[in-house]
Amino acid sequence: MAATAPKFRLPFEAPIQEMEARLAELEARYATARADLDAGTPEIAEQVRRLRRELAGLVRTVYANLSAWETVQVSRCEHRPQTRDYIPLIFSPFLELHGDRAVGDDRAIVTGLARLGERRIMLVGHQKGKTLAERQACNFGCAHPEGYRKALLKMRLAEKLRIPIVCLIDTPGAYPGIGAEERGQALVIAENLYEMSRIDTPIVCVVIGEGGSGGALGIGVGDRVAMLEYAYYSVISPEGCATILWKGAEHAPRAAAALRMTAREVKRMGIIDDVVPEPPGGAHRDHREAAANLKSYLLRALREIEEQPRHELLKRRYEKFRRIGVFVEADAPTEPLLPTS
Amino acid sequence: MAQKRPQSLGTWHGLSDSKRVPEGVWMRCDGCQATLFRKDVERNLNVCPQCQHHFSLSAAGRIASLLDTDTFEEWFAGMQPGDPLQFNDRRPYPERIRAEQARTGLNEAAVVGQGFIRGVRVVVGVTDSGFIMGSMGSVVGEKLTRAIEYATEHQLPLVIVSGSGGGARMHEGIYSLMQMAKVSAALARFGEAGGFYVSVLTHPTMGGVAASFASLGDVILAEPRALIGFAGPKVIQQTVRVRLPEGFQTSEFLLEHGFIDRIVHRAELRNTLAELLDYASH
Ligand SMILES: [Zn+2]
Repeated sequence: MAATAPKFRLPFEAPIQEMEARLAELEARYATARADLDAGTPEIAEQVRRLRRELAGLVRTVYANLSAWETVQVSRCEHRPQTRDYIPLIFSPFLELHGDRAVGDDRAIVTGLARLGERRIMLVGHQKGKTLAERQACNFGCAHPEGYRKALLKMRLAEKLRIPIVCLIDTPGAYPGIGAEERGQALVIAENLYEMSRIDTPIVCVVIGEGGSGGALGIGVGDRVAMLEYAYYSVISPEGCATILWKGAEHAPRAAAALRMTAREVKRMGIIDDVVPEPPGGAHRDHREAAANLKSYLLRALREIEEQPRHELLKRRYEKFRRIGVFVEADAPTEPLLPTS
Repeated sequence: MAQKRPQSLGTWHGLSDSKRVPEGVWMRCDGCQATLFRKDVERNLNVCPQCQHHFSLSAAGRIASLLDTDTFEEWFAGMQPGDPLQFNDRRPYPERIRAEQARTGLNEAAVVGQGFIRGVRVVVGVTDSGFIMGSMGSVVGEKLTRAIEYATEHQLPLVIVSGSGGGARMHEGIYSLMQMAKVSAALARFGEAGGFYVSVLTHPTMGGVAASFASLGDVILAEPRALIGFAGPKVIQQTVRVRLPEGFQTSEFLLEHGFIDRIVHRAELRNTLAELLDYASH
């Protein structure tokens, strides 16, 4: 297992990878010894067991103490499962539906009819891509206006079919480009926020990787909003924030901490409902377990939504976002804003 | 705490921050480089008398220029931002807020309330691009939402004038992002109840403000040559690495691409609004 584990290139994982390499070596020695009916075999087996325990402990310790910036790195890890990885593990059979009926088919957002256990649902999810070719085709998960239009069109279809909607969010942000602006990037995101607040069918949104700003929120209005354990959700990328406020992208780690973008912090602030646990050492270590956790969360969330009175769905969704905000109400003004004469 | 009195009509927030010049008798026009007598510009609603360049206008100046005299009643003026992230870039956020308040005379970037435009009662919201770039944090989101809810309940038409170079307010992190959803949901209810909303875009209207309430008007007006868009031109330039087209992300560009209804000179804005409101209240 460890011998075939991909190198994740996460800098803070160096001690883990070093131990994984040692374990792989020891496991190979064990296999040889066993084949040779070596007398020392039980002792090597014991060493393997001990090192496995030690490795599990190390992974837990490292991942329990990730900084905000390290969490961002995990959320962006190229081996982390994306929407298309979850489809065969959770949403099969999947019937993909393409296009926005106006401009094109944006591959940065995948939409289609899907199964979730016994249920029928509409799946809407960002796709960043894995290979370079796929990444380029998906614009690295940065959707254009046609992507948001496509998402909205399919969500309206879900409303008509009376099936719930599952949105998987994983984007660095909406695409910043000439065509995107020409085709109304700001407008389509605004329209999605407006329409999603009243699409009359249950909506569950989960940030599975990057929750980058308006591009994330554009498919992020729902009755339940959750984040995977090592996902982030932020008003601006740490690099963008660092460039503006600290005058250099190299200050991104500091910005990531200041923006409080990790799942734990966002949950603590009451913005999201739940944090979906990831396998030890992150979703990239075990896609199956990550998918199983996500699936059981989605089923639970949908069950909970359905336990509430159906006619209150939109009212509750409205109130869910309505209450977000921190401010101080000072005494009433003693003077009018404008001179009254 | 006592409400600070904001600037009277005509006190302008200056050019972009980097070009802000000390208050003086003379000023230079951004549009035509002419040296102008400040009083002339102020008397002209902060529009250059020579080239019609629209300088920014404070919230107070905007309200005075649009509403019938002495009809504006401000709501929630005392609302102040919290500091939920305990944000500190090179300066603690509360300190930054206090400095902005002292400089602008406003408690926050949005002013909301009700008034009359040629006798028609309207709910009005204005974001002042001079207050942390007119960015939307919890206070802007909450004030606008309450104003929209009031308009919904009392079946009043709604006018929101946007001016925000910042979009969402970084210093309030995810709370700011969520204001986009909150205000948009309030507008959805307003729309469903049959409310009429005119959105006025001024220089600049970007990011999270453009991607929420500013783009959701039943009618969308823009002042000439305002910068309007989702991503900032700098960010786009860095991403696509080609020259941006002439006039990219201006009001004229948006009109051309079908995203706004009309471009309206500041001097004509009150008339145009009155004309529109007449259709909603006949
Ligand atoms: Zn001029």
